[in-house]
Amino acid sequence: MCLATPAKITEIKGKGALVDFGGIRKRISLGILDGVKKGDYVLVHTGFAIGKVTAPEAEDTLKTLEELKKVLR
Amino acid sequence: MKKIRLMEVCGTHTMAIAKAGIKKLLPSGIELVSGPGCPVCVTAQGDIDRAIEISRFDNVIMTTFGDMMRVPGTKESLDDMRGKGHDVRLVYSCRDALNIARYNTGKKVVFMGVGFETTSPTVAATVIEAEKKGIRNFFVLSDFKLIFPALEIMAKSEKPAIDGFICPGHVSVITGSMPYEKIAAKYGKPCVIAGFETADILKSIIRLTDLIKRREYSVVTEYKRAVKRSGNRKAQKILNSVFEKSDTTWRGLGMIGKSGLRLKNEYRRFDAGGEFRVKIPRTKRRIACICGDILKGAKSPVECKLFGKACTPRKPVGPCMVSSEGTCAACYKYEK
Amino acid sequence: MGERITLAHGNGGKLMHELVDRLRIKFSNKILDEMSDAAELCVQKSKIAFSTDSYVVKPLFFPGGDIGKLAVFGTVNDISMKGARPLFISLSLIIEEGLGISLLDRIMTSVREASRRARVQVVTGDIKVVERASADKIFINTSGIGLIINTKRRIGSKAEKGDLIVINGKIAEHGMAVINAREKLGFISGIKSDCTNLNVQAERCIKASKRISVMRDLTRGGLATALCEIASFSNLGIELYEKNIPIKGNVRRMCDMLGFDPLYVANEGKFVCFVDKKDASKVKRGMGKSAAIIGEVVSSHKKEVYLKTVIDAGRILQMPVYDQLPRIC
Repeated sequence: MCLATPAKITEIKGKGALVDFGGIRKRISLGILDGVKKGDYVLVHTGFAIGKVTAPEAEDTLKTLEELKKVLR
Repeated sequence: MKKIRLMEVCGTHTMAIAKAGIKKLLPSGIELVSGPGCPVCVTAQGDIDRAIEISRFDNVIMTTFGDMMRVPGTKESLDDMRGKGHDVRLVYSCRDALNIARYNTGKKVVFMGVGFETTSPTVAATVIEAEKKGIRNFFVLSDFKLIFPALEIMAKSEKPAIDGFICPGHVSVITGSMPYEKIAAKYGKPCVIAGFETADILKSIIRLTDLIKRREYSVVTEYKRAVKRSGNRKAQKILNSVFEKSDTTWRGLGMIGKSGLRLKNEYRRFDAGGEFRVKIPRTKRRIACICGDILKGAKSPVECKLFGKACTPRKPVGPCMVSSEGTCAACYKYEK
Repeated sequence: MGERITLAHGNGGKLMHELVDRLRIKFSNKILDEMSDAAELCVQKSKIAFSTDSYVVKPLFFPGGDIGKLAVFGTVNDISMKGARPLFISLSLIIEEGLGISLLDRIMTSVREASRRARVQVVTGDIKVVERASADKIFINTSGIGLIINTKRRIGSKAEKGDLIVINGKIAEHGMAVINAREKLGFISGIKSDCTNLNVQAERCIKASKRISVMRDLTRGGLATALCEIASFSNLGIELYEKNIPIKGNVRRMCDMLGFDPLYVANEGKFVCFVDKKDASKVKRGMGKSAAIIGEVVSSHKKEVYLKTVIDAGRILQMPVYDQLPRIC
């Protein structure tokens, strides 16, 4: 019900930040999230950082997927 | 062996599952049903009609997320109003709407807000910003929903019973995992909070079926990289300072007590509903439409007489066909 | 009140196809009914490809291109897909009053450069000016003709069973570059439109293999829409391998963020070649470094495009009805 994408904070200015989504940058608001600093990863939803993330990606590699498929069977 | 029924509550999960073709990988003993977590699907027709009526005013710029543009009310959609020459604009963020208000001081800018706990705090923050900056031509039409009251209805539902829930990862970033604990314990339904990548979803399905088999009625966060037990406290605080709970109607499910949000008295002057008194037509429901049952996971789209015939993405009848992440639309798009 | 034209009647999807069909039957003839991007004509024993297209784009200038470049390359590419060498184009302008002359000059400079690059000559043209608000700044129509390159095998609209599908590069760049500029979404992406002429690459393919059945450039509606059309017209199925479809990381990311499916996003410099298995690698070489074999024509899934996803499950790609809009959900 909500798309949110992980991004790295590259610059903080007041209540705003410049973030990098792996090659795409955008200004976002830090208005609803406390305690972030440059270099942190955050989830971005409708132009707001909504929460920190510790790792930017899931291990969505083919190998993990194959293993998960085996478990399912 | 008895079939295990899992509900993915969140529409974004429904889409991700369909897009990756996950249902085809599942053993026959596991069934996935889609839940009510799609704001476009559950926004009542009357609420859309109200936005449409407001967009008719000459001095209004109506703004909303791309998701809502083509959702039909009783007769028309906001996109139809744009086609007729009314000023209806798509925004990516509520703050974009506030900016439009700043640069169009002669107009009243209305933001139609839909979404769940992930989205409403961003709008609350924007209302506070408007207040601080003294922007008086900005208004919010609050059609937000809270997922937990609806989730409780799903958990209570006996026909057919859901065995466990795949819970929305991004709502949980805000709310934390705590609110699920009551539901898991009270109704004996394990909950797994899932991320949105294919590996996240597969892991969560495996974990949830495991909990069900072992009759462990607990809450497990598989989306650990983003979700904490207490959630984002600041966002919760901002949300609660601007909005209060109210009764609201869900398309397909009807009225659910305390499942909506309205602006608190201190912020009432931003309320578009109060600013514009409009008459909205009474909504008719098509009798054959079974979206209510589909949203509860009691029926699947193919059991509906209208599916793919009278009801298609082009001419949707019920809420589940309306949104591209709706159960029927996802089924039509990816599985038909 | 009768049914009205909506934007969806011009987006390359289902409604547009219905409208095209409704108009086509009024003029039905053997050439038109083939429904390819360019008509194949026989004029005094010469085989000629003839095509026309109109260009409307907002904004007029976007990263990687502009309306002038689009207008030249669009028609050049339609002709090239017929296995022809484009030679001459016309240039017809509908201008809204109030357009700056210097802006018009910039667009025309771009037209000149693009036609030089594609080695076509602008040989006739027309200008109309309409009242303010009767058009949006400038609309351009170009038509063009080219000489069909002699091959044993005619390049048409029907694919054959066993054909492999080769694409010349990474998808969805044009659409994402334009939407960011148009909707002022504020992404600093570096994503540029792939807008380019395909006549050189197409000619290389034709020279590399005599076993090409269909060439198609991927514009509105993206890869998925073009393949849906071909599957349906050929009365065969297409199996597509998600893993093999080339896409840049930042383009995929931007699609994820806005809730777009890149398979349905517009391109302006990409095309697919349907070619017999034996010659697929030769054709791939002709299509450049980023070319990839992305699928196969099969007799199952009749008239459908079946996408094999990364986890080896599958889904059917439908002909779209509406353009995609940025989503939050």
